Amino acid sequence: MSDWEAVIGLEVHVQLLTHSKIFSSSATAYGAEPNAQANALDLAMPGTLPVMNAHAVALAVRFGLAVDAEIAQRSVFARKNYFYPDLPKGYQISQYELPIVIGGGLHIVTEDGHARYVPLTRAHLEEDAGKSVHDVFHAETGVDLNRAGTPLLEIVTDPALSNASEAVAFLKALHTLVRWLGVSDGNMQEGSFRCDANVSVRQRGAALGTRAEVKNVNSFRFVEKAIDYEIERQIRIIEAGGSIVQETRLFDAHRGETRSMRGKESAHDYRYFPDPDLPPLRIGADLIEAERARMPELPQGRARRYIESLGLSTYDAANLTTDRAVSEYFEALCAAIPGHAKLCANWVSGEWLGALNAADLGPERSPLSAARLAGLLKRIVDGSLSSKMAKQVFDALWRGDESADEISERLGLKKVSDSGALSALVDEVIAAYPAQVAQFRHGNEKVLQFFVGQVMKSSKGQADPVQLNALLRAKLA
Amino acid sequence: MSAELFTLSAQLSALSRGEISSRALTEITLERAAASQPLHNALITTLGESARSEADACDARRAQGPVGTLSGVPYAHKDLFCTAGVLTTCGSKMLSNFVPPYSAAVHESLQEAGGVLIGKANMDEFAMGSSNEHSHFGPVKNPWDLTRVPGGSSGGSAALVAARVVAFATGSDTGGSVRQPAAFCGVTGFKPTYGRVSRHGMIAYASSLDQAGVIATTVEDCARILSVVSGFDPRDSTSSNVAAIAIEPALTRSLKGLRIGRPRQWFGAGIEDGVGTAVEDALAEYVRQGATIVDIDLPASAWSIPAYYVIAPAEASSNLARFDGVRYGHRCENPRDLNDLYRRSRAEGFGHEVQRRILIGTYALSAGYYDAYYRRAQQVRRLIAEDFARAFTKVDVLAGPTSPTVAFKLGEKLADPLALYLADVNTVGVNLAGLPGVSVPCGFSNGLPVGLQLVAATWREDLLITAGHGYQQVTEWHRATPPERDHV
Amino acid sequence: MSVDRALVRSIAELARLSISPQHEEAAAIELAAVLDLFEALSAAPVNALQPLSHPGDPELRLRDDVAVAGDQRNAFEVLAPAMSGGYYLVPKVIE
Repeated sequence: MSDWEAVIGLEVHVQLLTHSKIFSSSATAYGAEPNAQANALDLAMPGTLPVMNAHAVALAVRFGLAVDAEIAQRSVFARKNYFYPDLPKGYQISQYELPIVIGGGLHIVTEDGHARYVPLTRAHLEEDAGKSVHDVFHAETGVDLNRAGTPLLEIVTDPALSNASEAVAFLKALHTLVRWLGVSDGNMQEGSFRCDANVSVRQRGAALGTRAEVKNVNSFRFVEKAIDYEIERQIRIIEAGGSIVQETRLFDAHRGETRSMRGKESAHDYRYFPDPDLPPLRIGADLIEAERARMPELPQGRARRYIESLGLSTYDAANLTTDRAVSEYFEALCAAIPGHAKLCANWVSGEWLGALNAADLGPERSPLSAARLAGLLKRIVDGSLSSKMAKQVFDALWRGDESADEISERLGLKKVSDSGALSALVDEVIAAYPAQVAQFRHGNEKVLQFFVGQVMKSSKGQADPVQLNALLRAKLA
Repeated sequence: MSAELFTLSAQLSALSRGEISSRALTEITLERAAASQPLHNALITTLGESARSEADACDARRAQGPVGTLSGVPYAHKDLFCTAGVLTTCGSKMLSNFVPPYSAAVHESLQEAGGVLIGKANMDEFAMGSSNEHSHFGPVKNPWDLTRVPGGSSGGSAALVAARVVAFATGSDTGGSVRQPAAFCGVTGFKPTYGRVSRHGMIAYASSLDQAGVIATTVEDCARILSVVSGFDPRDSTSSNVAAIAIEPALTRSLKGLRIGRPRQWFGAGIEDGVGTAVEDALAEYVRQGATIVDIDLPASAWSIPAYYVIAPAEASSNLARFDGVRYGHRCENPRDLNDLYRRSRAEGFGHEVQRRILIGTYALSAGYYDAYYRRAQQVRRLIAEDFARAFTKVDVLAGPTSPTVAFKLGEKLADPLALYLADVNTVGVNLAGLPGVSVPCGFSNGLPVGLQLVAATWREDLLITAGHGYQQVTEWHRATPPERDHV
Repeated sequence: MSVDRALVRSIAELARLSISPQHEEAAAIELAAVLDLFEALSAAPVNALQPLSHPGDPELRLRDDVAVAGDQRNAFEVLAPAMSGGYYLVPKVIE
C-alpha cells in the first residue's frame, strides 16, 4: 500500500435551543403534528417577511466566544436559491460571504490518546428546511414544514482532519460543548446535531484530491464507519485507475457503505445574493461582553482542573465533563464531602449514572440530590458502612427521600466490626465445619472463602471483610 | 353628483357635517364603480356587500362618538395588498384563487382609520409593467382616452381616481409604478421614502425597491393617507422607526425661497415636446411664486435603467420562487413528477412579462455573473444615491417630467419591451436611492395629462408636500376630470 | 451579447419555467436585448464603492425569543392545492 493520506473536513448543523424559529415566531418543539407549527411566514405565504430572533444571535456569539473565534461586527444574510418541496420560499436564508463567526478551533484527544487542535473555518446562522416523507403516501411525497425555519448554526472545520478517529473525537467534543453551553440539546435522534463529512484522499505531498460529501450521518459510530468506508472506497478506485466524482453520498447503515444519491444533480447554482429583506446584522461590544460574562467554565478547562487540583485520572475527568449537569452534580457532591474527589467520582460515574440510565432520566431529573448522596458517602468514609451495604442504602435513597442514616437504621444495616460479636460468629462457623477446618490446615487456601461466605451469611452480609479475614486466619492457624 | 365630492377633503367634510352618510357615499361609489368597470376594467374584485356593511358600521360609530380619521371614506387597494378573507390576485393567474387569512399592514391601518374598501384594483401582474397591459384580468383603459394605457403597474388605482370612482387608492412603486400612472391619468401619486410604510402583507416584487404609495387627486389628500399608513412595523425588518411626517406645517409653508433643482438628465432627448413644454411652464409658475431654479447634474442617471433592470428582476426571480403550486395558488393538472409540477404550474400561472423578468433575474444572479451584474448594479446604486445626496445639499427638491411621453396607445409598446423599460428613466433612480417622490398634474399635451415629478431627500416628504401643495394652490390641473362617458 | 437556445433552456430550468421550443427563439432574442442593456454597467465608475443593498444602510433589528401559537391552520389548509393528513402533497420524490 502506497503512501495515502485522507483529508477530512466536517460540517455540523446544530439546531439552536430557542423557543421560537429564527425568522418567525412559531414554536420549535419537536414532534408536533404535521404543519401544526408552520405559520404564514414558514409557509412562505406572499407578503410575509423575516424578523431575526435575538436569542439565536446570542447563542451564535456564545459559541464563537467558546471556541475563541472572531465575532463579525457586521454579518450579512444571503439567499441560497434552489427548488425543493421542503424549502417553501424556494430559497434558504443563510449566510455566505460574511458569516457571524470566523475561525476559532477546538482541542481534541482521540480514543488512543492522540491530542491535536482542530481549526474551524467559520460558523454561520441559517434556517432549517422542512421534512419530506416518502413512505406515508403511495404515489406522493408528503411535506411537513414544522421544521422549516428552525434556527441552525452551521459549523465548518478546516479540511484538517486525517482520519475517522479524529473526526469522531472532534464531533464528540463539539457535541459536549454545544450542550454544555446551552446552545443546542444536541439530540442526534431528533436531528438537532447533524454531521456531514467531506472526504478526499491523496498521496502524501500531492495536491488535494476530489472530495465526496457524505451527508447526514446521525451517530458517532456511523460517522466513523462512513469515513473509513469512504477513504477505502476512494483509494480502491484510484488504485484501479479511476477517478473520484465530486458528489454527495449517503451512508447506508445496513450495508456499512456509502452510496451515491440517486437523482441528485451535480453542482447546484445557488445564485447567492444578500437578502434584501434583512439589513446587515451588527454585533456590538455590549452583546459580546454580556455573553462573555455569562460564559461558564468550559468542559476542557474543567477537566484539566479536575486532574490538576482534584487528582482525578484523565479518564474520570473526561467522564465527568461530558455533561454539564453531571459535572455540576459531581461538584455539589465534592463540596458536601471535601477531600474525597475520587470516591465522589466513582459513585457519580458508577451507581448514580447507572440509576439514571436505568430509569431513563436526565441528570437534571435525579430524584437523589447530591446532599443526600453525600450523607451516604460520609458513612463509607467513616467506616460505618461497607461498600456492599452502601449499595443497598443507595437503592433505597434513590427510591425514597429518607437520609442515608434513616435508611441504615431502618434496615438494621451497620457494619459489624465489633470484634467481640464478630469473633463469636467466627467461632460458631468454625465449630460447625470441622472438615473444612482440617482442609484449610492441610494447606487448602481456597477453603478460606468458604468460611468468609458462611460468616457473611450468618451476619447478613454485615461483617467487616477486613476484620473477618484477619480473625479467621488467626483462629484457623 | 359633483366631481368636487371626489376629493378626500370634500368627503371627510361632508361626512363629518352629516351632509351625507357613509352608506350613501358608498352606494354612489359602487354605482360609479359599476359604470366605470366596462369602460376602464380598473377593478379585479368589487366588494359590494362588505363595503355596505363597513359603511353602515361607520355610520353607527359616528352616531355614538368620535370616529377614525377616514371613517366612511370609500377606497380601493391595488390588488397586491393582502386583505384577509378577500381575493388577492396580484393581477395574476397564479393567485387567481388566493384568499389570504391575513392582511397587509397598509390595509390594517386604513381599516382602523375607518376606510371603506370597495374593491381590489387591477394592476400589471406582480407589479411588473408600466402600462397595465400585463394583467391576467385584461388591460386597464385610461379614462382620458379609452384607446390608451393608464400607465402601470398601479394602472387600476390611477384610473379609479381619475374617473372619480374613489377619492384615493393605494398603489405600489418599485420603479415608478405609482408616479407614472398618476402622470398618465392626470392625478397625484405619492411614493414615500423606503422604509416609511410597512411592507408586511404587500406581495413582493423587488424587496429593496418596493414601497407602498397613494394615488389621490391632491397632494394634501395623499399626505393625509400617507400619515395613516406610515409608521414602524416590527413585522418588517426594513421598516424604519422615524418621526411622523409633519403635514400641517408643510401645507402652510410658502413656496417663496424654495430651491428647485432641474436635473439636466431628466430633460433628455427622449422627452416629447408637449411634455417638455408643460413641465417648463410648471417651473415658470414656481418661479412666479418665489422659488428659484438651480441646474443640477446627476451623471449616474445614465446607469439607472441598467442597474434597475438587473436588481429588480434579480430580486423578483427569488421572491417569486415560492409560487410553485405546492401550498397555495395555481397548480397544473396531473403533474408527472416534481419538476413537471414546478415548471408547468409556473409557466401556466405567470404571464409573459413576469416570465421574462424571472429569466432576466435568474441570469443576472447565475454563476459567473453575480459580480458583473448584480454586485456591480448595487455599486451603481450607491453612486446614484450619492448623486442625489450631493444635489440635495444645494436644493430642496428636484423637478422634471415624470415620464418622457404622455399615455401611449394600447398595444403600441408590447412588441418592444426594451423601449418601455427605457421610459422609466426619470423614475427608477428615485427607488434605487430610496427617496420620496410625487407626481402632480401640470398640464396637457394633445389632450392627455402630463405629470411633473418632484423628488426630495430621504425622510423629507414634508418638502414634497410644500412644493406639491403650493403648486396645486395656484393651478387647476389637478381639478381637471376626464369626460364622463355613459356614467350615471 | 449573444444568447443561444441552450442558454435559455438552462436558465429556464434553474427558474423552473417550461418554455416551449417555439418560444425559446423569441426568449433568446429578448434576453439578448436586455443583456446588451446590462453591458452599460461595465462603464460605470464604481471602482471600490461598497454595494448599496439597503437604501439608508439600516441595521438588523432583533426580536425577543417568544413562541406564538398559530391559529390559522384551517385557513392555510383551505388554500392548499393538495393536502392529506396534514401533509402537503407533491409527486413522489426519489432520494
